[in-house]
Amino acid sequence: MARPVAFSLRRRLVGQLLALAAVLALVLSLAVRIGAERAAQATLDAVLGSAALALAEEMRAEEGGVVIDVQPATFSMLAAMGEERIFYRVDIGGQTVTGYGDLPLPEGLPTTLAPVFYTVPFRDARIRVAAVARSLRVEGRASPVLVLLGQTREGQGAIAARLGWQAAALGLAVFLVAIPLALLVARSLTAPIDRLAEAVGRRGPRDLRPVRDPAPRELLPFVTALNSFIGRLRGTLSQTETFIAEAAHHIRTPLAVMRNEAELALRQSGEEATRARLRGLIRSADDAARSAGQLLDHATVLYRADQADWARLDLAEMVRAVAARLAPASEMKDIDLVLDIAPALPCEGDAVLIEAALRNILDNAIKYSPPDTVVEITARIEGETALVRISDRGRGLGGAAPERLLRRFRRGDNVGDVTGSGLGLTIVEQAASAMGGSFRLRAREGGGACAEFCLPLV
Amino acid sequence: MRFLLVEDNADLAASVAARLGLEGHGVDCAGTLAEAEEFLLAASYDLILLDIMLPDGDGRDFLARHRRAERTTPVIVMTARSAVSDRVDALDTGADDYITKPFDFAELEARCRAVLRRRGGLVQTQRSFADLTFDPLSATIGVAGESRDLRSREVRLLELFLNAPGRILSKEHLCDRLFSFSEPVTDNAIEVYVGRLRKKLAGSRARIETVRGLGYRLTDG
Repeated sequence: MARPVAFSLRRRLVGQLLALAAVLALVLSLAVRIGAERAAQATLDAVLGSAALALAEEMRAEEGGVVIDVQPATFSMLAAMGEERIFYRVDIGGQTVTGYGDLPLPEGLPTTLAPVFYTVPFRDARIRVAAVARSLRVEGRASPVLVLLGQTREGQGAIAARLGWQAAALGLAVFLVAIPLALLVARSLTAPIDRLAEAVGRRGPRDLRPVRDPAPRELLPFVTALNSFIGRLRGTLSQTETFIAEAAHHIRTPLAVMRNEAELALRQSGEEATRARLRGLIRSADDAARSAGQLLDHATVLYRADQADWARLDLAEMVRAVAARLAPASEMKDIDLVLDIAPALPCEGDAVLIEAALRNILDNAIKYSPPDTVVEITARIEGETALVRISDRGRGLGGAAPERLLRRFRRGDNVGDVTGSGLGLTIVEQAASAMGGSFRLRAREGGGACAEFCLPLV
Repeated sequence: MRFLLVEDNADLAASVAARLGLEGHGVDCAGTLAEAEEFLLAASYDLILLDIMLPDGDGRDFLARHRRAERTTPVIVMTARSAVSDRVDALDTGADDYITKPFDFAELEARCRAVLRRRGGLVQTQRSFADLTFDPLSATIGVAGESRDLRSREVRLLELFLNAPGRILSKEHLCDRLFSFSEPVTDNAIEVYVGRLRKKLAGSRARIETVRGLGYRLTDG
């Protein structure tokens, strides 16, 4: 099952804030640009309208016609607005009396003195036209007068372009300012999460205290759930420890009674058939005890490997202790343990795991060795590691691949009638790898097996 | 030898006591730590066999008190717990050795011997037969002023004969006592060890006789 790719809250937040900032910057620059264009147009329109109005006002009816008495101020007003071309058209009574007759009329004719503005294409340019209407008494008749004053707006286009650039620059500036702000906001939002994550990550595997670090309210459900899991794990682990001990006690004590009684009966019975049965019974009790022992050892090793309760210890000292401990068992078979152990081998590990591993290796070596042989135990520094090598002259691996023998409940094909559960070497392997060490098993030249248990030196 | 057995399981205590009794040892059984203290005040023992889980406390606490009081009686802890950790614990607390239940009596005897040997000369275990002296603790025999070392199995075999001098011991009986039950034993294995022991006994009046079809017996002369 593939784990979904973890996303970053902070990255997501920064991305969204920046997208928002970009939209805002765009809207802002558009608004500035449109507002500025409108303002410019309104100003220009006001001037154009005033000029058109002035032109209309300056119209007088005289004998035989209409006079437009154009004041210089009117055109200087228009000239002040830049190098624009001016077009005009004056209609009286629907007839063009002066100016460009083809200057387009507005859609709706103005009715009062207030000018009407519109934009039309005219002679390869777009022009802005102000239309003003008034009525003039000509020869005693009221005639409608329409004054159109058009002006190109090339200057305004240039202004608009400049304004556009400025608005875009403003938007960009706003966006640039938003970047550090977004980063700051995202950091300050995710900081409590980071702190909590760091506090949880820093905890050692053995640290089963509840999490008490400050957490934002939104994360409280997670912290509560985590604490409840930690509590349950703590309960389960301590139950496991007690259970292993209790189980062993309840299995082994009756087995011990059974075995002792059978041995007593064997001593007291003269009947060979009964004695054979009793021997079978004792073998089974031994078998059961051994399997139970190894299952419990295995459970203990798995449990302790998870606990990772390492301490500094002297591997050489431990090898000597385990050898001394198993000496009576080897002595019973007249097997000599030959020790060649360095004075000190400082390692880091769990004494219980190491004891279990060494005991299982040596126990195997003694178990599978014929009587009157030698088991060699060497412990020395080899490169970066402390190496414990236990070599016997037993029946060896019987041609089986060493990896196969390390598997759970897997025994060699050549075990014959030696009892065993097939867990011993698995225990050794797991103990070694839990502590960063290794375990190798190989056939020995001249018969027998050679087991090597390595731990990194400190 | 005199044993103090501290074990709360009555069945187990009875069978261990019976088994040690068969070997000629004296055994007192205490079911609790309090009882054990009483026994220790009243008598002296060569060895204490101590269970860990007892109704009135932890055997390891008893052990710690025992060591603080500087009593020298060696202690072998009998543990039934899983105990990988128990084993380490027990030795740290000052037990001389530990044995995991269920145990082979031959192994218990071997461990007792090893502990007593380490403690050195507190117990007089030397025995003699005809012109032969035998010290199972140091695994030596003395023949005509000459000391000879025995291997562990030879010691146990000689002990079996010395426990029943003149009696015929069957091959099966000797096999049961000499080899572990989970060990493959060939028919002539016992002959090999009897042969070796005979060689070690050479020059002594003590002889191991073959009784055809029945077994072996130890005779003087």
